[in-house]
Amino acid sequence: MKNHDDHITSYSLNWTVLIVLLILTTISILAIKMHLGAYTVALALILASVKVTIVLTYFMHLKFENLLLRLMVGGVFLLFAIVIVITFIDYYFR
Amino acid sequence: MNDSSTAVPLNFLNHKTGLWSWLSSTDHKRIGLLYLYSITVFFCVAAVLGLLMKIEKFAPGQTIMTAQTYNGMFTIHGIIMIFIVVIPGLAAVFGNILLPIMIGAKDVAFPKLNLFSWYVYITGAFLGLYSQFAHGHVPDTGWTFYVPYSAEATSNVVIALTAAFVLGFASILTGLNFIVTIHRMRAPGMTWFRMPLFPWSLYATAWIQILATPIIGITLLMVIAERTFQIGFFDPKLGGDPVLYQHLFWIYSHPAVYVMILPAMGVVSEIFPTFSQKPIFGYGAIVFSSLAIAFVGYLVWGHHMYTSGMSYQARWAFSLLTFLVAVPSAIKVFNWLSTMYGGSVDLKPPLLYAISFIFLFSIGGFTGLTLGSLATDIQVHNTEFIVAHFHYIIFGGMGFGFFAAIHYWYPKIYGRMYSNRWAYIAWGILFTGFNILYFPMFIMGIQGMPRRYFDYDPKFTLGQEISSIGAFILIIGLIAMISNLVYHRRKGAIAPANPWHGVTLEWQIPSPPPHENFDEVPVITHDPYVFDHPYTK
Amino acid sequence: MSTTEHSDFIDSDTGKLGMWLFLFTELFLFGGLFIVYAVMRSKYSADFHHAALELNAFIGATNTVVLLVSSMTVAMSLTAIQRKQSNRAMGLIFITLILAGVFMVNKYFEWGHKIGLHLYPGSDVMKTLPHGEIMFFGLYFMMTGLHALHVIIGGILLTIVMFKIKSGRINQEHYLLHENGALYWHLVDLIWIFLFPLLYLIT
Repeated sequence: MKNHDDHITSYSLNWTVLIVLLILTTISILAIKMHLGAYTVALALILASVKVTIVLTYFMHLKFENLLLRLMVGGVFLLFAIVIVITFIDYYFR
Repeated sequence: MNDSSTAVPLNFLNHKTGLWSWLSSTDHKRIGLLYLYSITVFFCVAAVLGLLMKIEKFAPGQTIMTAQTYNGMFTIHGIIMIFIVVIPGLAAVFGNILLPIMIGAKDVAFPKLNLFSWYVYITGAFLGLYSQFAHGHVPDTGWTFYVPYSAEATSNVVIALTAAFVLGFASILTGLNFIVTIHRMRAPGMTWFRMPLFPWSLYATAWIQILATPIIGITLLMVIAERTFQIGFFDPKLGGDPVLYQHLFWIYSHPAVYVMILPAMGVVSEIFPTFSQKPIFGYGAIVFSSLAIAFVGYLVWGHHMYTSGMSYQARWAFSLLTFLVAVPSAIKVFNWLSTMYGGSVDLKPPLLYAISFIFLFSIGGFTGLTLGSLATDIQVHNTEFIVAHFHYIIFGGMGFGFFAAIHYWYPKIYGRMYSNRWAYIAWGILFTGFNILYFPMFIMGIQGMPRRYFDYDPKFTLGQEISSIGAFILIIGLIAMISNLVYHRRKGAIAPANPWHGVTLEWQIPSPPPHENFDEVPVITHDPYVFDHPYTK
Repeated sequence: MSTTEHSDFIDSDTGKLGMWLFLFTELFLFGGLFIVYAVMRSKYSADFHHAALELNAFIGATNTVVLLVSSMTVAMSLTAIQRKQSNRAMGLIFITLILAGVFMVNKYFEWGHKIGLHLYPGSDVMKTLPHGEIMFFGLYFMMTGLHALHVIIGGILLTIVMFKIKSGRINQEHYLLHENGALYWHLVDLIWIFLFPLLYLIT
């Protein structure tokens, strides 16, 4: 009933997560200046996905939640990816 | 106020009285009834609109209304039936009334949110009505709101879109509530696989509700933005893509078909074991086919768009996926039939409706495969074949599932019995009228009668007349059925707690259920459909 | 025997699951826009690149940092309440709210600048642009607008949380609303993490 058994994230872990996120942001900004061409989008999306995963895992405490919830979150992102892919079966071949 | 010395024991219907005690109740059973009454009213309105359209089509040429009126009428018939009646339908009415009882809970997880979602629903429903009467023209885009027409039409499209958006929000909140309820509120001992099949079907449905509905929400917002701020997402003049609208629309609206039909499948999965007095055949198969339908059903939206200019590769991919989704549906049909096989079948009205559900749903399903395959779809696309197909699925499937549900749980909800005799008569009229109304549309569709036309080539006169006569018979059947239920609400014989000898939890408590469902929390020790258990004797 | 109907108390796992499901619907709400973005970007990649140069990547980056930091402060406020440090929790939420304000002010100047250049949907300037650029700005206003709406809602939610901590109704024992408010705020951050590279960092 009470929130007692919840995991408590320490302040230092929060700081560490923030620093990692800021570093990743810097990388994604610097990456556009490297003129990677077609790979820029891919890189930007991969970095964004990594950042989102970190936010989900630590800030949103998924690491400490039960397996079922983690599967749900993963499933929702997967479903969205499938929907995008299927939509592009149309647009890619048009 | 009700003194305990009165003869009628206290239950959820009489423990408090007055209109406000209903409008402010967070009791899941009362909210379910609020949905039932509002849905019935809107259903009757839309059914009358359908009848008027059929009268118009009784003879070629203009008979009782202009083409523009007809356009408005099929639009609002669609909006009311789809968004206000069928999508909330079974989940909001019987899901609300029975889900907590069937899993041994006292209420849903968020009772206040549940009441709130009814108010959201009723707001959306009245917005839908308002779009009819507000200054300006009645919306005439069809319930699908296809752009570019919906972006340019001068009728009250924005109000209708807002209505659909608001109704979608209500649907999301109900789905959210049910998922949490099923995860968190099951009685001790009720493991996932001891849960009856109606809750299972609601669980699969609820996931579609929360994951598909937001897509239509944002799509409708984009159309509103297109109309008010001239952002041309879908308008080719501004670089938009009208086919993209159809993608987004059907990403929701195809799964929405499963929001309609899955709970109906859940209902008949309850009815077959009870009236065969035999455990359901293939419990696990039915559970997993529900989940499979929900998942695969999410990925088949493109089969509505074979003639819209999609790439060839997309068309065959969607065709393939569409055929896949037929597999779990067929599995369920086999399981229901096998449940009856060798059981002591008692052909009471609920079972009669459940069997007609299988019959009509199978016709709808097979014609669905006709539409799912590329070549035949292009032949019959946008003809009355489509109209006949989805009325067999939605009315024959979800509608008859709903009628089965109301005849099955009526004694539980009201503690009264309807007249069996009248139920049989009403069923006969209804079933006959249904087939006379919709079956000719298959034939006329193949012959090339387009849908959404108020006029037709005189060669279709005979078919249209037969169909229109069917509409009258259907309406008479509906009146007979509803009168039987309404009249016996107060005049019927007192129903026992378990008139059908069911074994799921709702039959183990008094009829009508007490305010808090269970005097003490039930402890579940066995599978859901065990018929030789002591308490069923 | 407790009465369910009239009890205001929702146990924490139940409430949290409800919030997560709500976040899923939010993700799919933005998801619809991301689908439109993906399709249009593949159709008009050159126009998108050109139009994106109009956006100020510096303001975009600043707002990214602001939201990341605010995400951390709200996560820390939860740690504080769990450790029974109510005042610190309130202070951290207050910082979060200030950062939300900074974000909105930046957004205000950014939008104001665009509108000053007549780069808003339906304007005369806009009508002269190539289709892809019209589409980019349409998406830009729709996506950032919807996101800004979420920032405002999140801000209101966190303000309520702050007052409830003050009144003691959120405390070390019961902090479900605080947790859910924080989850919602992280979602706002999460959406922005995708929006930022897609709108501001196109080459």
